[in-house]
Amino acid sequence: MGLEQFINEAISPWLKEEGPDSDIVMSSRIRLARNFEQSPFPLIAKEEHLDGILHFIEREYNHQSLLQYKDLEFVRMEELKQIAKQVLVEKHLISPHLAEKSKRGAALISKNEQVSIMINEEDHIRMQLYFPGLQLEKALEEAFQLDDWLEEKIDYAFDESRGYLTSCPTNVGTGLRASVMMHLPALAITRKINRMIPAINQLGLVVRGIYGEGSEALGNIFQISNQITLGRSEQDIIEDLKSVVEKLIEQERQARSWLMQQSELELEDRVFRSYGVLQHSRIIESKETAKCLSDVQLGIDLGFIKDISQSILNELMVLTQPAFLQQYAKKALNPHERDVFRASLIRERFSIEKKEES
Amino acid sequence: MECQECKQNPATLHFAKVINGYKTEIHVCEQCAKEKGYVSQDEEAYSLHDLLSGLFNFDSVNLSPSQENSSNQQTEERCNKCGMTYKEFTKVGKFGCSSCYEAFSSHLNPIFRRVHSGNTAHSGKVPKRAGSDIYQRKQLKELKLELQQLIAEEEFEHAAKVRDQIKALEQNLNHNGEGEK
Ligand SMILES: [Zn+2]
Ligand SMILES: [Zn+2]
Repeated sequence: MGLEQFINEAISPWLKEEGPDSDIVMSSRIRLARNFEQSPFPLIAKEEHLDGILHFIEREYNHQSLLQYKDLEFVRMEELKQIAKQVLVEKHLISPHLAEKSKRGAALISKNEQVSIMINEEDHIRMQLYFPGLQLEKALEEAFQLDDWLEEKIDYAFDESRGYLTSCPTNVGTGLRASVMMHLPALAITRKINRMIPAINQLGLVVRGIYGEGSEALGNIFQISNQITLGRSEQDIIEDLKSVVEKLIEQERQARSWLMQQSELELEDRVFRSYGVLQHSRIIESKETAKCLSDVQLGIDLGFIKDISQSILNELMVLTQPAFLQQYAKKALNPHERDVFRASLIRERFSIEKKEES
Repeated sequence: MECQECKQNPATLHFAKVINGYKTEIHVCEQCAKEKGYVSQDEEAYSLHDLLSGLFNFDSVNLSPSQENSSNQQTEERCNKCGMTYKEFTKVGKFGCSSCYEAFSSHLNPIFRRVHSGNTAHSGKVPKRAGSDIYQRKQLKELKLELQQLIAEEEFEHAAKVRDQIKALEQNLNHNGEGEK
């Protein structure tokens, strides 16, 4: 299979679409946690309980459609190869927990990969919806429709005073985790982000890197999400999150124009050095990849680079993850082989853009 | 030390994980940590276990001597539906089933307050079907109060009407209850 076709099939269609403020906001996600009233939660449930849930979900929802989410496909984790599961993790369609730890785990994934409903993860049901750019209200609205649709046939564990009952006390109430993935290179270069994170935490929101270990955020990609799920309405929760995200967008734009005024040439130099590395490396680690991709994306956003697709960061951050590389290579790769393969995939990816231009 | 997963790279990440209440040590390289999901890409990654175990310790430290005597009993507090004890809950930091919320309810408000910045009660979406039950139960309560009043006021004719309404509601609620099982 050629790289173009591989990429077309590998990248979720919505990831290539543009959304509001999608030069800074890579995606918005809504996740709702729900449980069946009658069964113990997956962590301690007996396998027959979990099997019962799987059968029910498969029977009632496999190949069903709702809204633009066509043909939900039911996939059992135990029927997937290790690499295939890992690819779903790298696409953020399932959690590492579902892939590795869940007994009788499964997922219902819509054809456009915007909706994924994890079954028998930490909770019986964890539905998540992705939208490009900043679209929390729309995502919540459709998550509610999806939730109502599921509830037509499922008796949810719900309590008048505690709300939706979840396995972990941190999810009880709304069961809502709303999150926004942001590319904040200028706030990172100017080190403003380090001062902003504690302030955001104080508002009951969590900021973390999606890629990388501990506190580092590879590719200057940050995820902002709500921590509080009890005692506030879903609308209030996303309203708070949205207002912080809008402030961050404003700050990032200010930092970008400040950088352009203060040190345009240095910035341009940084962008094109990274562009050069990506176009010509023969061996590249994921850390360097993320750094260079972030620079190139910034270069595209600032107009230094004109012939590369706007979604390159989103796309290549996913494509250069270990399982994707191995899927493309069609064999297991050790870490060094991955670095070689990563370099060649990136080179090819940029040469596709060049061909399209000429 | 070599990575316990690929047995090739040196182990650079060391964690202790609590799985089903047991502590397991994990030594892996960076790649395997990501691949095997030890480094979670999920939002729960910020150390909830630490947060929660801190909470529970707080709970037990604050026991007065008289309560300490009953702490043996307390550890025996058990959810009838799934069998989880309160002690197990504090170790794992997760509920076993929806009935655990009721079984451990006397301990939950301080925990929820800490985790959800002071909140202990839900305000948000209500499921449509179960939600209609909630609405009907509320109505039922009000009608029963009204009935008592009417009887006290010897408004028997009106009271009979209210009693019929109550019966209908109760039947409806019972019927729904059966449908759920
Ligand atoms: Zn390893
Ligand atoms: Zn229980």
